Amino acid sequence: MTNHARLRAIAPPLVVGVGGLALWELVLTVLNPKAFVLPRPSVIAGKVVEQWSTIITATTNTGFIAVTGLIAGALLGIMVAILVSRFQIVSEAVTPLAVAVNAIPIIALAPIFNFWFGLRSPRSNQGIVVLLVFFPVFVNSVRGLTEVHRGQLDLMESFAASTWETLKEVRIPNALPYLFTSLKIASSLAVIAAIVAEYFGGDQAALGQLIVQQAALSRYSSAWAGVLAGTLMGMALYLVVVGLERWFMPWRVTEIERSGS
Amino acid sequence: MSTSAPVSVAVEARAASKIFSRGKPNQVVALESINLSVRQGGFVALIGPSGCGKSTLLRLMAGLVPATEGEIFVNGKAADQARRDRDYGMAFQSASLFDWRTVTRNIELPLELLGWSKDQRSKRSAEMLDLVQLSDFGDHYPNQLSGGMQQRVAIARALSFKPSILLMDEPFGALDEMTREHMQAELLRIWEDTQTSVVFVTHSIPEAVFLAQRVIVMSPRPGRIVADIDVDLGPRGFGTREDPEFFNKITEVREALRAVEVP
Repeated sequence: MTNHARLRAIAPPLVVGVGGLALWELVLTVLNPKAFVLPRPSVIAGKVVEQWSTIITATTNTGFIAVTGLIAGALLGIMVAILVSRFQIVSEAVTPLAVAVNAIPIIALAPIFNFWFGLRSPRSNQGIVVLLVFFPVFVNSVRGLTEVHRGQLDLMESFAASTWETLKEVRIPNALPYLFTSLKIASSLAVIAAIVAEYFGGDQAALGQLIVQQAALSRYSSAWAGVLAGTLMGMALYLVVVGLERWFMPWRVTEIERSGS
Repeated sequence: MSTSAPVSVAVEARAASKIFSRGKPNQVVALESINLSVRQGGFVALIGPSGCGKSTLLRLMAGLVPATEGEIFVNGKAADQARRDRDYGMAFQSASLFDWRTVTRNIELPLELLGWSKDQRSKRSAEMLDLVQLSDFGDHYPNQLSGGMQQRVAIARALSFKPSILLMDEPFGALDEMTREHMQAELLRIWEDTQTSVVFVTHSIPEAVFLAQRVIVMSPRPGRIVADIDVDLGPRGFGTREDPEFFNKITEVREALRAVEVP
Protein backbone atom coordinates (compact mmCIF):
# COMPACT_ATOMS: atom_id res chain seq x y z
CA MET A 1 0.00 0.00 0.00
CA THR A 2 1.27 3.47 -0.79
CA ASN A 3 1.27 6.21 1.84
CA HIS A 4 -1.56 7.88 0.02
CA ALA A 5 -3.69 4.73 0.07
CA ARG A 6 -2.85 4.23 3.75
CA LEU A 7 -4.01 7.77 4.53
CA ARG A 8 -7.20 7.21 2.58
CA ALA A 9 -7.89 4.07 4.60
CA ILE A 10 -7.22 5.68 7.97
CA ALA A 11 -8.66 9.18 7.50
CA PRO A 12 -12.44 8.49 7.33
CA PRO A 13 -12.74 6.49 10.59
CA LEU A 14 -10.38 8.95 12.29
CA VAL A 15 -12.51 11.93 11.27
CA VAL A 16 -15.72 10.19 12.35
CA GLY A 17 -14.16 9.11 15.67
CA VAL A 18 -12.67 12.46 16.63
CA GLY A 19 -15.71 14.34 15.32
CA GLY A 20 -18.05 12.08 17.27
CA LEU A 21 -16.15 12.66 20.51
CA ALA A 22 -16.14 16.42 19.93
CA LEU A 23 -19.88 16.38 19.24
CA TRP A 24 -20.51 14.33 22.39
CA GLU A 25 -18.47 16.79 24.46
CA LEU A 26 -20.18 19.81 22.87
CA VAL A 27 -23.77 18.58 23.19
CA LEU A 28 -23.32 17.66 26.87
CA THR A 29 -21.63 20.98 27.63
CA VAL A 30 -24.47 22.92 26.02
CA LEU A 31 -27.41 20.87 27.34
CA ASN A 32 -25.68 20.23 30.65
CA PRO A 33 -27.67 17.24 31.92
CA LYS A 34 -26.85 15.76 35.30
CA ALA A 35 -23.37 14.28 35.10
CA PHE A 36 -24.46 10.74 36.11
CA VAL A 37 -26.72 10.33 33.07
CA LEU A 38 -23.83 10.55 30.64
CA PRO A 39 -20.46 12.05 31.55
CA ARG A 40 -18.50 14.06 29.00
CA PRO A 41 -15.53 12.31 27.30
CA SER A 42 -13.10 14.71 28.98
CA VAL A 43 -14.44 13.74 32.43
CA ILE A 44 -14.08 10.03 31.61
CA ALA A 45 -10.55 10.63 30.36
CA GLY A 46 -9.80 12.48 33.60
CA LYS A 47 -11.01 9.47 35.62
CA VAL A 48 -8.77 7.15 33.62
CA VAL A 49 -5.75 9.31 34.49
CA GLU A 50 -6.82 9.66 38.13
CA GLN A 51 -7.33 5.91 38.67
CA TRP A 52 -4.62 4.78 36.27
CA SER A 53 -3.03 2.05 38.42
CA THR A 54 -6.41 0.58 39.49
CA ILE A 55 -7.63 0.47 35.92
CA ILE A 56 -4.38 -1.03 34.63
CA THR A 57 -4.49 -3.79 37.27
CA ALA A 58 -8.16 -4.50 36.54
CA THR A 59 -7.53 -4.49 32.78
CA THR A 60 -4.56 -6.83 33.15
CA ASN A 61 -6.57 -9.31 35.22
CA THR A 62 -9.59 -9.20 32.93
CA GLY A 63 -7.33 -9.34 29.89
CA PHE A 64 -5.69 -12.49 31.25
CA ILE A 65 -9.09 -14.15 31.65
CA ALA A 66 -10.30 -13.03 28.21
CA VAL A 67 -7.12 -14.08 26.38
CA THR A 68 -6.60 -17.44 28.11
CA GLY A 69 -10.30 -18.21 27.73
CA LEU A 70 -10.18 -17.20 24.07
CA ILE A 71 -7.15 -19.39 23.36
CA ALA A 72 -8.52 -22.39 25.26
CA GLY A 73 -11.99 -22.04 23.72
CA ALA A 74 -10.59 -21.65 20.21
CA LEU A 75 -8.24 -24.65 20.56
CA LEU A 76 -11.12 -26.75 21.91
CA GLY A 77 -13.36 -25.61 19.04
CA ILE A 78 -10.72 -26.41 16.43
CA MET A 79 -9.88 -29.83 17.88
CA VAL A 80 -13.51 -30.91 18.18
CA ALA A 81 -14.14 -29.58 14.65
CA ILE A 82 -11.29 -31.71 13.27
CA LEU A 83 -12.66 -34.81 15.01
CA VAL A 84 -16.19 -34.05 13.82
CA SER A 85 -15.11 -33.49 10.21
CA ARG A 86 -13.00 -36.64 10.26
CA PHE A 87 -15.34 -39.12 11.95
CA GLN A 88 -19.02 -39.28 11.08
CA ILE A 89 -19.72 -41.07 14.37
CA VAL A 90 -18.17 -38.22 16.39
CA SER A 91 -20.17 -35.73 14.36
CA GLU A 92 -23.42 -37.50 15.14
CA ALA A 93 -22.55 -37.68 18.83
CA VAL A 94 -21.07 -34.22 19.36
CA THR A 95 -22.90 -31.81 17.04
CA PRO A 96 -26.32 -31.95 18.78
CA LEU A 97 -24.54 -31.61 22.12
CA ALA A 98 -22.61 -28.55 20.91
CA VAL A 99 -25.84 -27.00 19.64
CA ALA A 100 -27.52 -27.71 23.00
CA VAL A 101 -24.60 -26.14 24.89
CA ASN A 102 -24.84 -23.10 22.66
CA ALA A 103 -28.57 -22.79 23.41
CA ILE A 104 -27.83 -22.44 27.15
CA PRO A 105 -27.74 -18.77 28.14
CA ILE A 106 -24.09 -19.20 29.06
CA ILE A 107 -23.79 -16.00 31.07
CA ALA A 108 -26.54 -17.37 33.31
CA LEU A 109 -24.12 -20.13 34.27
CA ALA A 110 -21.76 -17.64 35.91
CA PRO A 111 -23.20 -17.95 39.43
CA ILE A 112 -23.17 -21.76 39.11
CA PHE A 113 -19.55 -21.72 37.91
CA ASN A 114 -18.71 -19.51 40.90
CA PHE A 115 -20.17 -22.18 43.14
CA TRP A 116 -18.17 -24.93 41.34
CA PHE A 117 -14.81 -23.20 41.10
CA GLY A 118 -15.02 -20.85 44.11
CA LEU A 119 -16.49 -17.34 44.25
CA ARG A 120 -13.12 -15.57 44.02
CA SER A 121 -11.46 -17.93 41.53
CA PRO A 122 -10.76 -16.65 38.00
CA ARG A 123 -11.38 -20.24 36.79
CA SER A 124 -15.14 -19.72 36.75
CA ASN A 125 -14.81 -16.61 34.57
CA GLN A 126 -12.39 -18.38 32.26
CA GLY A 127 -14.89 -21.22 32.00
CA ILE A 128 -17.61 -18.81 30.82
CA VAL A 129 -15.27 -17.35 28.17
CA VAL A 130 -14.25 -20.83 26.95
CA LEU A 131 -17.89 -21.91 26.56
CA LEU A 132 -18.89 -18.74 24.75
CA VAL A 133 -15.89 -18.79 22.38
CA PHE A 134 -16.17 -22.50 21.61
CA PHE A 135 -19.32 -22.48 19.52
CA PRO A 136 -18.60 -19.89 16.79
CA VAL A 137 -15.09 -21.30 16.36
CA PHE A 138 -16.39 -24.88 16.24
CA VAL A 139 -19.19 -24.18 13.74
CA ASN A 140 -17.04 -22.13 11.38
CA SER A 141 -14.12 -24.55 11.54
CA VAL A 142 -16.36 -27.50 10.67
CA ARG A 143 -17.62 -25.56 7.68
CA GLY A 144 -14.12 -24.70 6.51
CA LEU A 145 -12.90 -28.27 6.98
CA THR A 146 -15.81 -29.84 5.10
CA GLU A 147 -16.73 -27.31 2.39
CA VAL A 148 -13.71 -28.14 0.28
CA HIS A 149 -13.59 -27.87 -3.49
CA ARG A 150 -14.43 -31.30 -4.97
CA GLY A 151 -11.60 -31.03 -7.50
CA GLN A 152 -9.02 -30.52 -4.77
CA LEU A 153 -10.17 -33.67 -2.99
CA ASP A 154 -10.15 -35.66 -6.26
CA LEU A 155 -6.68 -34.39 -6.91
CA MET A 156 -5.39 -35.51 -3.51
CA GLU A 157 -7.02 -38.88 -4.10
CA SER A 158 -5.37 -39.13 -7.52
CA PHE A 159 -2.04 -38.61 -5.72
CA ALA A 160 -3.04 -41.42 -3.35
CA ALA A 161 -2.68 -39.00 -0.43
CA SER A 162 -3.56 -40.24 3.04
CA THR A 163 -6.43 -38.81 5.09
CA TRP A 164 -3.88 -37.01 7.27
CA GLU A 165 -2.14 -35.49 4.24
CA THR A 166 -5.48 -34.31 2.86
CA LEU A 167 -6.32 -32.76 6.24
CA LYS A 168 -2.97 -31.00 6.44
CA GLU A 169 -2.68 -29.87 2.81
CA VAL A 170 -6.31 -29.13 1.92
CA ARG A 171 -8.83 -29.09 4.74
CA ILE A 172 -6.92 -27.06 7.31
CA PRO A 173 -5.67 -24.33 4.90
CA ASN A 174 -9.18 -24.21 3.41
CA ALA A 175 -10.61 -23.69 6.93
CA LEU A 176 -8.30 -20.78 7.84
CA PRO A 177 -10.47 -17.96 6.41
CA TYR A 178 -13.51 -19.42 8.20
CA LEU A 179 -11.50 -19.82 11.41
CA PHE A 180 -10.28 -16.23 11.39
CA THR A 181 -13.77 -14.89 10.72
CA SER A 182 -14.96 -16.74 13.81
CA LEU A 183 -11.94 -15.57 15.83
CA LYS A 184 -12.78 -11.95 15.01
CA ILE A 185 -16.25 -12.49 16.46
CA ALA A 186 -14.87 -14.51 19.37
CA SER A 187 -12.21 -11.92 20.29
CA SER A 188 -14.85 -9.28 21.13
CA LEU A 189 -17.10 -11.93 22.64
CA ALA A 190 -14.29 -13.05 24.97
CA VAL A 191 -13.91 -9.56 26.47
CA ILE A 192 -17.68 -9.15 26.89
CA ALA A 193 -17.95 -12.61 28.46
CA ALA A 194 -15.07 -11.95 30.87
CA ILE A 195 -16.49 -8.60 32.06
CA VAL A 196 -20.07 -9.83 32.45
CA ALA A 197 -18.89 -12.99 34.24
CA GLU A 198 -16.94 -10.76 36.63
CA TYR A 199 -20.17 -8.99 37.62
CA PHE A 200 -21.05 -12.18 39.46
CA GLY A 201 -17.73 -13.00 41.09
CA GLY A 202 -14.11 -13.89 40.54
CA ASP A 203 -11.11 -11.69 41.16
CA GLN A 204 -12.04 -8.40 42.90
CA ALA A 205 -9.45 -6.38 40.96
CA ALA A 206 -11.10 -6.86 37.54
CA LEU A 207 -12.99 -4.62 35.12
CA GLY A 208 -16.40 -6.23 35.69
CA GLN A 209 -16.09 -5.78 39.46
CA LEU A 210 -14.79 -2.24 39.02
CA ILE A 211 -17.74 -1.23 36.84
CA VAL A 212 -20.32 -2.84 39.16
CA GLN A 213 -18.81 -1.35 42.32
CA GLN A 214 -18.36 2.16 40.95
CA ALA A 215 -21.89 2.16 39.52
CA ALA A 216 -23.25 0.98 42.90
CA LEU A 217 -21.52 3.97 44.52
CA SER A 218 -23.01 6.27 41.84
CA ARG A 219 -19.50 7.03 40.53
CA TYR A 220 -20.66 6.73 36.96
CA SER A 221 -17.70 8.42 35.31
CA SER A 222 -15.40 5.83 36.96
CA ALA A 223 -17.70 3.06 35.69
CA TRP A 224 -17.44 4.60 32.22
CA ALA A 225 -13.64 4.60 32.54
CA GLY A 226 -13.89 0.81 33.09
CA VAL A 227 -16.13 0.47 30.02
CA LEU A 228 -13.58 2.44 28.02
CA ALA A 229 -10.77 0.12 29.14
CA GLY A 230 -12.87 -2.91 28.14
CA THR A 231 -13.60 -1.38 24.73
CA LEU A 232 -9.92 -0.70 24.05
CA MET A 233 -9.07 -4.25 25.10
CA GLY A 234 -11.68 -5.69 22.74
CA MET A 235 -10.31 -3.59 19.88
CA ALA A 236 -6.73 -4.58 20.67
CA LEU A 237 -7.63 -8.29 20.65
CA TYR A 238 -9.46 -7.85 17.36
CA LEU A 239 -6.41 -6.18 15.82
CA VAL A 240 -4.17 -9.01 17.06
CA VAL A 241 -6.48 -11.48 15.30
CA VAL A 242 -6.36 -9.39 12.09
CA GLY A 243 -2.54 -9.36 12.32
CA LEU A 244 -2.41 -13.13 12.82
CA GLU A 245 -4.79 -13.57 9.88
CA ARG A 246 -2.44 -11.68 7.57
CA TRP A 247 0.56 -13.56 8.88
CA PHE A 248 -1.05 -16.98 8.49
CA MET A 249 -2.62 -16.29 5.10
CA PRO A 250 -0.20 -14.29 2.94
CA TRP A 251 -2.15 -15.32 -0.17
CA ARG A 252 -5.22 -13.47 1.13
CA VAL A 253 -3.20 -10.28 1.54
CA THR A 254 -2.38 -10.24 -2.17
CA GLU A 255 -6.06 -10.89 -2.89
CA ILE A 256 -7.18 -7.98 -0.71
CA GLU A 257 -4.60 -5.60 -2.16
CA ARG A 258 -5.55 -6.55 -5.67
CA SER A 259 -9.26 -5.98 -5.12
CA GLY A 260 -8.51 -2.78 -3.19
CA SER A 261 -6.42 -1.17 -5.92
CA MET B 1 -10.31 -64.22 -16.90
CA SER B 2 -6.89 -62.70 -17.42
CA THR B 3 -5.91 -60.06 -14.89
CA SER B 4 -3.31 -58.09 -16.78
CA ALA B 5 -2.87 -56.25 -20.04
CA PRO B 6 0.17 -55.92 -22.30
CA VAL B 7 2.49 -53.17 -21.05
CA SER B 8 2.61 -51.39 -24.43
CA VAL B 9 -0.99 -50.45 -23.67
CA ALA B 10 -1.31 -47.40 -21.41
CA VAL B 11 -5.00 -47.66 -20.55
CA GLU B 12 -7.40 -50.45 -21.29
CA ALA B 13 -11.10 -50.86 -20.52
CA ARG B 14 -12.56 -54.35 -20.85
CA ALA B 15 -16.35 -54.52 -20.86
CA ALA B 16 -16.39 -51.84 -18.21
CA SER B 17 -19.76 -50.64 -16.89
CA LYS B 18 -20.70 -48.14 -14.25
CA ILE B 19 -24.10 -48.13 -12.62
CA PHE B 20 -24.92 -45.53 -9.98
CA SER B 21 -27.48 -46.29 -7.23
CA ARG B 22 -27.76 -49.85 -8.49
CA GLY B 23 -31.05 -51.56 -7.69
CA LYS B 24 -32.63 -48.34 -6.44
CA PRO B 25 -35.43 -46.40 -8.19
CA ASN B 26 -32.94 -43.68 -9.20
CA GLN B 27 -30.53 -46.18 -10.79
CA VAL B 28 -28.45 -44.67 -13.60
CA VAL B 29 -26.46 -46.71 -16.09
CA ALA B 30 -23.64 -44.23 -16.74
CA LEU B 31 -21.46 -46.54 -18.81
CA GLU B 32 -22.28 -49.78 -20.59
CA SER B 33 -19.64 -52.35 -21.62
CA ILE B 34 -16.89 -49.98 -22.66
CA ASN B 35 -14.01 -51.56 -24.56
CA LEU B 36 -11.13 -49.24 -25.24
CA SER B 37 -7.41 -49.49 -25.52
CA VAL B 38 -5.01 -46.53 -25.51
CA ARG B 39 -1.51 -47.34 -26.68
CA GLN B 40 1.51 -45.95 -24.89
CA GLY B 41 2.41 -42.46 -26.09
CA GLY B 42 -1.00 -42.09 -27.74
CA PHE B 43 -3.31 -39.09 -27.54
CA VAL B 44 -6.98 -40.05 -27.33
CA ALA B 45 -9.92 -37.65 -27.01
CA LEU B 46 -13.25 -38.71 -25.51
CA ILE B 47 -16.13 -36.64 -26.85
CA GLY B 48 -19.88 -36.75 -26.40
CA PRO B 49 -22.88 -34.75 -25.22
CA SER B 50 -23.16 -33.95 -21.51
CA GLY B 51 -24.32 -36.95 -19.55
CA CYS B 52 -22.61 -39.47 -21.85
CA GLY B 53 -20.36 -40.61 -19.04
CA LYS B 54 -17.05 -39.43 -20.53
CA SER B 55 -15.96 -37.87 -17.25
CA THR B 56 -17.09 -40.97 -15.39
CA LEU B 57 -14.99 -43.11 -17.72
CA LEU B 58 -11.98 -40.90 -16.95
CA ARG B 59 -12.62 -41.25 -13.21
CA LEU B 60 -12.80 -45.00 -13.67
CA MET B 61 -9.41 -44.92 -15.40
CA ALA B 62 -8.09 -42.82 -12.52
CA GLY B 63 -9.31 -45.38 -10.01
CA LEU B 64 -11.30 -42.66 -8.25
CA VAL B 65 -14.48 -44.74 -8.64
CA PRO B 66 -14.61 -48.51 -9.14
CA ALA B 67 -16.20 -50.08 -12.23
CA THR B 68 -19.46 -51.86 -11.48
CA GLU B 69 -18.64 -54.57 -14.03
CA GLY B 70 -15.65 -55.31 -16.21
CA GLU B 71 -12.08 -54.21 -15.66
CA ILE B 72 -9.87 -51.18 -16.17
CA PHE B 73 -6.12 -51.55 -16.54
CA VAL B 74 -3.59 -48.74 -16.37
CA ASN B 75 -0.03 -49.67 -17.32
CA GLY B 76 -1.12 -53.29 -17.07
CA LYS B 77 -2.33 -52.89 -13.48
CA ALA B 78 -5.78 -52.54 -11.94
CA ALA B 79 -6.73 -48.83 -12.02
CA ASP B 80 -6.75 -48.50 -8.23
CA GLN B 81 -3.27 -50.02 -7.97
CA ALA B 82 -2.03 -47.64 -10.69
CA ARG B 83 -3.46 -44.75 -8.69
CA ARG B 84 -1.59 -45.87 -5.59
CA ASP B 85 1.59 -46.27 -7.69
CA ARG B 86 1.11 -42.72 -9.04
CA ASP B 87 1.15 -43.94 -12.64
CA TYR B 88 -0.89 -41.02 -13.93
CA GLY B 89 -1.28 -37.27 -13.45
CA MET B 90 -4.66 -35.59 -13.62
CA ALA B 91 -5.98 -32.16 -14.63
CA PHE B 92 -9.53 -30.86 -14.30
CA GLN B 93 -11.66 -28.12 -15.81
CA SER B 94 -11.21 -26.03 -12.70
CA ALA B 95 -7.45 -25.81 -12.32
CA SER B 96 -7.94 -26.87 -8.66
CA LEU B 97 -4.79 -25.11 -7.57
CA PHE B 98 -4.28 -24.58 -3.85
CA ASP B 99 -4.75 -20.85 -3.17
CA TRP B 100 -2.48 -21.11 -0.14
CA ARG B 101 0.53 -22.38 -2.08
CA THR B 102 2.69 -20.39 -4.44
CA VAL B 103 2.92 -21.59 -8.05
CA THR B 104 6.18 -23.40 -7.29
CA ARG B 105 4.79 -25.09 -4.21
CA ASN B 106 1.64 -26.12 -6.11
CA ILE B 107 3.82 -27.88 -8.66
CA GLU B 108 5.86 -29.47 -5.87
CA LEU B 109 2.81 -30.80 -3.98
CA PRO B 110 2.85 -34.31 -5.51
CA LEU B 111 6.63 -34.42 -5.04
CA GLU B 112 6.22 -33.61 -1.35
CA LEU B 113 3.68 -36.40 -1.04
CA LEU B 114 6.16 -38.74 -2.73
CA GLY B 115 8.84 -37.71 -0.23
CA TRP B 116 11.28 -36.05 -2.65
CA SER B 117 14.05 -34.01 -1.03
CA LYS B 118 13.88 -30.21 -1.10
CA ASP B 119 16.73 -29.97 -3.64
CA GLN B 120 15.14 -32.52 -5.97
CA ARG B 121 11.83 -30.68 -5.69
CA SER B 122 13.27 -27.25 -6.50
CA LYS B 123 15.17 -28.63 -9.45
CA ARG B 124 12.11 -30.39 -10.82
CA SER B 125 9.70 -27.49 -10.29
CA ALA B 126 12.13 -25.15 -12.06
CA GLU B 127 12.16 -27.56 -15.02
CA MET B 128 8.38 -27.75 -15.03
CA LEU B 129 7.99 -23.96 -14.83
CA ASP B 130 10.30 -23.76 -17.81
CA LEU B 131 8.26 -26.38 -19.68
CA VAL B 132 5.00 -24.44 -19.25
CA GLN B 133 6.80 -21.10 -19.76
CA LEU B 134 6.00 -19.62 -16.37
CA SER B 135 9.52 -19.27 -14.98
CA ASP B 136 8.90 -15.69 -13.83
CA PHE B 137 5.80 -16.64 -11.84
CA GLY B 138 7.09 -19.26 -9.39
CA ASP B 139 6.58 -17.03 -6.35
CA HIS B 140 3.12 -15.82 -7.35
CA TYR B 141 -0.06 -17.09 -5.74
CA PRO B 142 -2.69 -18.67 -8.03
CA ASN B 143 -5.12 -15.77 -7.56
CA GLN B 144 -2.54 -13.49 -9.20
CA LEU B 145 -2.60 -15.52 -12.44
CA SER B 146 -4.95 -15.55 -15.43
CA GLY B 147 -7.12 -18.61 -16.16
CA GLY B 148 -4.78 -19.86 -18.88
CA MET B 149 -1.73 -19.52 -16.63
CA GLN B 150 -3.51 -21.37 -13.82
CA GLN B 151 -4.30 -24.21 -16.19
CA ARG B 152 -0.63 -24.37 -17.24
CA VAL B 153 0.36 -24.66 -13.58
CA ALA B 154 -2.16 -27.50 -13.20
CA ILE B 155 -0.59 -29.31 -16.16
CA ALA B 156 2.91 -28.75 -14.73
CA ARG B 157 1.73 -30.16 -11.40
CA ALA B 158 0.16 -33.20 -13.10
CA LEU B 159 3.41 -33.94 -14.96
CA SER B 160 5.86 -32.99 -12.19
CA PHE B 161 6.40 -36.53 -10.92
CA LYS B 162 6.91 -37.87 -14.46
CA PRO B 163 3.80 -40.04 -14.72
CA SER B 164 3.58 -41.99 -17.97
CA ILE B 165 -0.10 -41.05 -18.41
CA LEU B 166 -1.98 -37.76 -18.29
CA LEU B 167 -5.76 -37.84 -17.67
CA MET B 168 -7.47 -34.55 -18.52
CA ASP B 169 -11.10 -33.65 -17.89
CA GLU B 170 -12.09 -30.64 -20.04
CA PRO B 171 -9.02 -28.75 -18.85
CA PHE B 172 -9.55 -25.85 -21.26
CA GLY B 173 -13.34 -25.73 -20.94
CA ALA B 174 -13.38 -22.50 -18.94
CA LEU B 175 -10.93 -20.59 -21.14
CA ASP B 176 -11.69 -18.08 -23.87
CA GLU B 177 -11.26 -19.20 -27.48
CA MET B 178 -7.88 -17.56 -28.09
CA THR B 179 -6.30 -18.75 -24.84
CA ARG B 180 -7.76 -22.14 -25.56
CA GLU B 181 -6.11 -22.50 -28.98
CA HIS B 182 -2.84 -21.33 -27.49
CA MET B 183 -3.10 -23.90 -24.68
CA GLN B 184 -3.88 -26.67 -27.18
CA ALA B 185 -0.66 -25.92 -29.04
CA GLU B 186 1.20 -25.83 -25.71
CA LEU B 187 -0.23 -29.18 -24.68
CA LEU B 188 0.83 -30.81 -27.95
CA ARG B 189 4.34 -29.42 -27.54
CA ILE B 190 4.51 -30.80 -23.97
CA TRP B 191 3.08 -34.13 -25.12
CA GLU B 192 5.78 -34.43 -27.79
CA ASP B 193 8.52 -33.37 -25.35
CA THR B 194 7.51 -35.77 -22.59
CA GLN B 195 6.23 -38.82 -24.53
CA THR B 196 3.28 -39.02 -22.13
CA SER B 197 0.10 -40.90 -23.06
CA VAL B 198 -2.92 -38.58 -22.89
CA VAL B 199 -6.63 -39.27 -22.42
CA PHE B 200 -8.48 -35.99 -22.98
CA VAL B 201 -12.17 -35.45 -22.25
CA THR B 202 -13.79 -32.58 -24.15
CA HIS B 203 -17.10 -31.46 -25.62
CA SER B 204 -15.46 -29.36 -28.32
CA ILE B 205 -15.23 -31.07 -31.72
CA PRO B 206 -12.42 -28.88 -33.16
CA GLU B 207 -10.45 -29.32 -29.93
CA ALA B 208 -10.75 -33.12 -30.10
CA VAL B 209 -9.73 -33.22 -33.79
CA PHE B 210 -6.88 -30.76 -33.39
CA LEU B 211 -5.33 -32.54 -30.42
CA ALA B 212 -5.94 -36.24 -30.73
CA GLN B 213 -4.70 -39.10 -32.86
CA ARG B 214 -7.96 -40.87 -32.10
CA VAL B 215 -11.37 -39.42 -31.27
CA ILE B 216 -13.75 -41.66 -29.34
CA VAL B 217 -17.39 -40.60 -29.76
CA MET B 218 -19.77 -41.54 -26.95
CA SER B 219 -23.57 -41.68 -26.68
CA PRO B 220 -25.58 -40.68 -23.61
CA ARG B 221 -27.62 -42.84 -21.21
CA PRO B 222 -26.25 -45.40 -21.17
CA GLY B 223 -22.78 -44.19 -22.14
CA ARG B 224 -21.43 -46.28 -25.02
CA ILE B 225 -18.69 -45.91 -27.57
CA VAL B 226 -20.39 -45.32 -30.94
CA ALA B 227 -17.44 -44.31 -33.11
CA ASP B 228 -13.66 -44.59 -33.01
CA ILE B 229 -12.20 -42.15 -35.50
CA ASP B 230 -8.50 -42.08 -36.44
CA VAL B 231 -7.18 -38.58 -37.05
CA ASP B 232 -4.06 -38.52 -39.17
CA LEU B 233 -3.16 -34.89 -39.63
CA GLY B 234 0.57 -35.18 -39.00
CA PRO B 235 2.35 -32.68 -36.78
CA ARG B 236 -0.09 -29.89 -35.89
CA GLY B 237 0.73 -26.28 -36.63
CA PHE B 238 -0.83 -22.96 -37.54
CA GLY B 239 -1.89 -24.39 -40.90
CA THR B 240 -3.68 -27.38 -39.42
CA ARG B 241 -6.83 -25.45 -38.54
CA GLU B 242 -7.16 -24.43 -42.20
CA ASP B 243 -6.33 -27.87 -43.63
CA PRO B 244 -9.30 -29.39 -45.60
CA GLU B 245 -8.58 -32.73 -43.89
CA PHE B 246 -9.09 -30.99 -40.52
CA PHE B 247 -12.59 -29.94 -41.66
CA ASN B 248 -13.31 -33.41 -43.04
CA LYS B 249 -12.51 -34.93 -39.66
CA ILE B 250 -14.63 -32.33 -37.86
CA THR B 251 -17.53 -33.24 -40.14
CA GLU B 252 -16.97 -36.94 -39.52
CA VAL B 253 -17.03 -36.46 -35.72
CA ARG B 254 -20.03 -34.13 -35.94
CA GLU B 255 -22.00 -36.69 -37.96
CA ALA B 256 -21.12 -39.45 -35.52
CA LEU B 257 -22.36 -37.19 -32.71
CA ARG B 258 -25.53 -36.26 -34.59
CA ALA B 259 -26.39 -39.93 -34.98
CA VAL B 260 -26.51 -40.36 -31.20
CA GLU B 261 -28.37 -37.15 -30.37
CA VAL B 262 -31.60 -37.66 -28.53
CA PRO B 263 -34.38 -35.95 -30.50
